[in-house]
Amino acid sequence: MAAPAAKVLTDNEPQDYWRVPLPASYLNWIGARIIGFVGTLRTLGAFALIASGVLLSKRRIARSVVRPLIHRELVRSGLQLLPMTLFVAVALGLVVIGQTVSLLTRVGAHELLGTVMVTAVVRELGPLITALIVLSRAGTAHVIELGTARAMGEIEALEAINIDPMHYLVVPRLMGMAVGSFVLTIYLILGALLSGYAWAFVQEVPLLPGEYFRQLASALRGLDFVLLAAKTAVFGGVIALVTCCHGLSQPLRFHDVSRVTIRAVAHSIVACVLIDALFIVVYLVA
Amino acid sequence: MIDVSVTRLHQPGVVVVDGVNWSVRPGDYWVVGGRHHSGKSDLMMTGAALVPPHRGVCRVFGQVPDATPALGQARRHLGFVFDGGQLLNHLTVKENIALPLCYHRDCPPEAVAGEVDALLELTELQAVADLRPAAVGRNWRQRAGLARALAARPDVLLLDSPLSGLDPADLEWWLDLLDALSAGHAWMEHRPLTLVASADHLRPWLGRARQFALIKDGRWVAGADGARAALEHDPLWRELTATGVRTTSP
Repeated sequence: MAAPAAKVLTDNEPQDYWRVPLPASYLNWIGARIIGFVGTLRTLGAFALIASGVLLSKRRIARSVVRPLIHRELVRSGLQLLPMTLFVAVALGLVVIGQTVSLLTRVGAHELLGTVMVTAVVRELGPLITALIVLSRAGTAHVIELGTARAMGEIEALEAINIDPMHYLVVPRLMGMAVGSFVLTIYLILGALLSGYAWAFVQEVPLLPGEYFRQLASALRGLDFVLLAAKTAVFGGVIALVTCCHGLSQPLRFHDVSRVTIRAVAHSIVACVLIDALFIVVYLVA
Repeated sequence: MIDVSVTRLHQPGVVVVDGVNWSVRPGDYWVVGGRHHSGKSDLMMTGAALVPPHRGVCRVFGQVPDATPALGQARRHLGFVFDGGQLLNHLTVKENIALPLCYHRDCPPEAVAGEVDALLELTELQAVADLRPAAVGRNWRQRAGLARALAARPDVLLLDSPLSGLDPADLEWWLDLLDALSAGHAWMEHRPLTLVASADHLRPWLGRARQFALIKDGRWVAGADGARAALEHDPLWRELTATGVRTTSP
């Protein structure tokens, strides 16, 4: 069997492959992605504005119906996620914080411990990891529930009895998830800091509990508490908005639900990372 | 409706019924016939201000429901029974019926228990009241949809294919109750209820409904004031009123 002949470049063919212009289809693909991204942003923005308007304008309407729904959402996006959050907190403490405490003490830089802990856990990892837990456990449930409700005509059924679906379905999820996300982050941070010290203690790091917590307290500023509350609530609210938007904003059929769920998770992660970047800027400026 | 074009709910922009000129007066009892997928459900939803018309003017109680307050005002006086009930699956049958009462009165379910029990009795749903929709049969879900629509004591009740998939006994029950509602039922404080139903088989409605219309090849076909005589020579009328498995009249 003859070996295939090697391709010989002629003078007419470009020698530097990186200079070859992209085929038009690539540009079309990128263009379509950009247009799609802008369209998604517009849809999410419009949905967020409508949800905010309904939240404010109907805050006194049907409270006896909406309050139990908020409570149910708090249980689902907060209480039911507590065991998983504490498990992740312990793992985070052991894997990241314990190692950091041990390393800093070994190089004699343990006076930086508080600053490192506050920057890594309180400002960044705590809120972001909690957001991922809330998204994976409660956010996906939102898309599936609302997408199925949409496919089964329940949204039209609500409208037919003169109930605004945004008020009945979105507002409780928005409020419950914002509060639930904030509370879970507090538990995750406390759990991680405590389990981190426990891991360092097991490794016989010469750091007394009083010194450890004194460093943490001195590294924390009042602004940290304010921004932590704002960031976690925004994370929860954005996850609720994105997941509800994908579940509700367009007529769906059953086979669309899985596709929409995947898209909602991806968009929620991107949104949380972008918001996180925005808060980093605020931390740096403040 | 004045020269209305009706679009599909899941395909906005796709016109399924065109040229609808239709007026429903208080006390009317309309039945709109048409084959499967002829656009009956979309027409009913447009009439109930759930889907905006693609073209033309759709007035509900004299108002064009294109703004939120007007829409809310219109829906307050309209009841809609979906094909299959379309109950909320996370609530029980009883909670589904109580929902519009609790929401619009801002009260807990205990405060409307008496009215809900009366509706359960009216629709004979006591046995399945505490079950979720997925656990009950289609005929019971349809009845629960009727009870939910009647809860607010509407002025006009629209029913999307209420008789589809029912056995003869259930069918008779529905027609008798609709007759009673049209004449003035105790639940409605003996006030005659205006009824508009859609159907893919018209024979059960003969002698019951007073006005008829057809959806034929995507067009609205009706005589003056819904007179049946204007449709009787239409082949589609003969097809939809032919003797079939749903016939209950002798």
